[in-house]
Amino acid sequence: MILVRLEARPTPSRVAAYASPFIAAGATIFIGGALFAALGMDPVEALYVFFVKPVATRYGIGELLLKAGPLMLCAVGLAAGYRANVWNIGAEGQLTMGAIFGGGLALAFPQSNSPFLLPAMIAAGAIGGMAWAAIPAWLRTRFNANEILVSLMLVYVASYMLSLLVNGAWRDPEGFNFPQSRMFGAAAMLPILVPDTRIHAGFLLALAAIGAGWLFMRKSHAGFEMRVAGLSADAARYAGISVPRTVWTGLLVGGGCAGVAGVLEAAGPIGQLLPTMSPGYGFAAIVVAFVGRLNPLGILGASLLMSLLYLGGESAQIALKLPSAVTGIFQGAFLFLLLAADVFIRYRVRIGRTPAIAPGIAAAE
Amino acid sequence: MRSRPRRHHESLRAAQQRAVPGGGHNDAMIAPPGDPARLSLAGITKAYPTVVANDGIDLAVAPGEIHAVLGENGAGKSTLMKIIYGVVRPDAGVIRWNGAPVAIASPARARALGIAMVFQHFSLFDTLTVAENILLAQDGTHTHADVSARVREISHRYGLPLDPQRPVHTLSVAERQRVEIIRSLLQDPALLIMDEPTSVLTPQAVTNLFATLRTLAAEGCSILYISHKLDEIRALCDRATVLRGGHVTGECVPRDETPASLARMMIGGDLPHPHHRKARAQGAARLVVDRLTVPAADAFGTSLADISLSVAAGEILGIAGISGNGQRELVAALSGEEPLGAAARADAITIDGTPAARLPARARRALGLAFVPEERLPRGAVAEMSLAENTLLTAHGQRLVRAGFVRERALAAFTAATIARFGVRAAGPEATAQSLSGGNLQKFIVGREIRQRPNVFIAAQPTWGLDVAAAADVRQALVDLRDEGVAVLVVSDDLDELFEICDSIAVIAGGRLSAQRAARDTDAAAIGLLMGGAQGAASASLPQDAARPA
Repeated sequence: MILVRLEARPTPSRVAAYASPFIAAGATIFIGGALFAALGMDPVEALYVFFVKPVATRYGIGELLLKAGPLMLCAVGLAAGYRANVWNIGAEGQLTMGAIFGGGLALAFPQSNSPFLLPAMIAAGAIGGMAWAAIPAWLRTRFNANEILVSLMLVYVASYMLSLLVNGAWRDPEGFNFPQSRMFGAAAMLPILVPDTRIHAGFLLALAAIGAGWLFMRKSHAGFEMRVAGLSADAARYAGISVPRTVWTGLLVGGGCAGVAGVLEAAGPIGQLLPTMSPGYGFAAIVVAFVGRLNPLGILGASLLMSLLYLGGESAQIALKLPSAVTGIFQGAFLFLLLAADVFIRYRVRIGRTPAIAPGIAAAE
Repeated sequence: MRSRPRRHHESLRAAQQRAVPGGGHNDAMIAPPGDPARLSLAGITKAYPTVVANDGIDLAVAPGEIHAVLGENGAGKSTLMKIIYGVVRPDAGVIRWNGAPVAIASPARARALGIAMVFQHFSLFDTLTVAENILLAQDGTHTHADVSARVREISHRYGLPLDPQRPVHTLSVAERQRVEIIRSLLQDPALLIMDEPTSVLTPQAVTNLFATLRTLAAEGCSILYISHKLDEIRALCDRATVLRGGHVTGECVPRDETPASLARMMIGGDLPHPHHRKARAQGAARLVVDRLTVPAADAFGTSLADISLSVAAGEILGIAGISGNGQRELVAALSGEEPLGAAARADAITIDGTPAARLPARARRALGLAFVPEERLPRGAVAEMSLAENTLLTAHGQRLVRAGFVRERALAAFTAATIARFGVRAAGPEATAQSLSGGNLQKFIVGREIRQRPNVFIAAQPTWGLDVAAAADVRQALVDLRDEGVAVLVVSDDLDELFEICDSIAVIAGGRLSAQRAARDTDAAAIGLLMGGAQGAASASLPQDAARPA
């Protein structure tokens, strides 16, 4: 009898760890093509519309980088915490609070020409995000409350606060009663980096965050201690690593990065405060963090891929009249196939006959 | 081989069989003529991805024979027993039971054949009584009263006193082992496998256990006795099969062999002869514990009561005791991993004169404390991290961090030096901790702590699970440390080890510590009595200083 078996590897395979995202991507494209064919479309043309057309122009690449920026920023912050088993699920709320704090500063100085306004807004956004993340941090270290639930619930609180502000105190008096704030002044807007696109200076900040994240996790002592705390609570206690300190660091870093992402959205492509500041970047960043294996360089690649899936979904809706769920299908299929491909990191396939059993035993069975 | 009488008392299973026409006696007890072995293994092989655990093993056990399987840690004994008991399937080889080949696909099948096993680690529910635990393992056809009566009968018959109504959490470790043995005996086994049974027993309890095993063997039950303790095997066993590195390296009658010849079969060389210099004049007390009292963290832990001890510079103090009597709690309180709470007196623990009881683990390390924990993984080292990263775990104070960043070259050099000095067999500083064998990882952890030049060194079960060579290396490292003037505290359940390296010994039992006494003024029998709980001399007072040079 020919058997296909999964046999545990003695040590995890590095080759498989690097190859599995590519295997998963290939499999996703294959499944996407099959899906399009089943829907009666030419699969090659449909895949072209989904993956290639959105980035075929300079403007398209700009849109790719534009969406990748906040994903990268949020994901790097989240990954630092996830490595330490600190599960921040509320990046979306921290992003919103960052937009409120940074945007509020911009609205307070509408006529300002100062070059310090933008840096101050970014700092305010970071403070806003950190303040929002401090709530689950305090509740967890003080009361052992689950930070997943607290941070998630605070997403909706932040959303309602923003709604309150743009409908009420901060509503643009010349805005025809739409729920939106005034437009920010010129000094409060991020400069465009590449003409004819929407890429703004915030993208550089996102790249800098990737670099800082790499330095922190790989090179710093504090990052090392967070990794230990995530891998083994016993070893962390033995080494004298303070678990509360790890929780605070993990949540504040995640909150700060998400807050900066929020103010960059407000001062970049949007230019004002609206009831919805992001198409779910805070949640998509969680997927990006894991697809990037909690590694800043992997997150860089993963955020570009996720951004492409967003753009492809929009393009498919317009050009192929597909429903908006097509984005979710691709994102979900990719994550699922990545987890499946990851099996080969710890196991290898063995094809062959079952091992020989002595005839005496076989007869007595 | 003289024949042994069949067992006559009625087992539960035999009672069932009485109802079956044609049945009525225990088939497993009859050996067909011409093949005297009850159990015979031929060419048993089992390979795992990284190691060949058993390679062509032959073994034969006669009815009523006490057969030892001798080998050091890692020789393949546990795998072989798992194969016999049906937990693991061999890759090749034949198992014969009373001459007929069998395939033992599961422990249930093994039990149906008449094979019973008493494991090293017990599977008992603390909150249930003895009878309830045993009832759980039955197949549901017997009542509680049945089982209680049988337990009483067996415990009386074989000298294993046990009250079936006692909840298991009130039992000592030796009594829990009795529950496991009685549970096995209830199925009227023809072959009883005992896996390292004496590691949890006092010397007196060991004698009782041997008497029980001899009674069983006299009634016709075969016994497979797994151990690495040479003197026990020579005292108890009729024949022995010696394993090394997965192979059989010898079969013999232990009584006809000397410890040296057995050791040669077991480790391929002579047992290391420890020649440790006697301690020189000792200095001032470096670690002093004064009336330390710590309530148990949960209902099944052990409270520490009035623990007092003192370790001087250049002294090794050994704490003997059966595991489960407060060692873990004591070590966690000394290392700082378990905060003692606001109620603790700051001077309950002093390190080099500084009150340390309220300090966390990091601060105590800064005072010069080093600590090797009982569990290599995941506590002493992180399995998935490299040796270099594991060095950083506790040795970061050795100028390996600057301005918050890790100095990677200095770290690699420090790790490589540790590996070289302590003879750790590893691929290099980048090898992961889980790729090292137990012995090498322990040498690395001990070396890492020693290289931090501590003033006080605490080691919990430092040679547990190590092969003979690695264990000897670790003990030598501890003695060398002592000779440099460090105060060393060793907690161990291996009495031979403690008598080999310690200058003084105290015994912990039930969360209380006996008075310290010089190792040369006491012996295993006296320590054994204390381990069993007979306190003897006052345990609550501070140790006598008169016996020690100033």
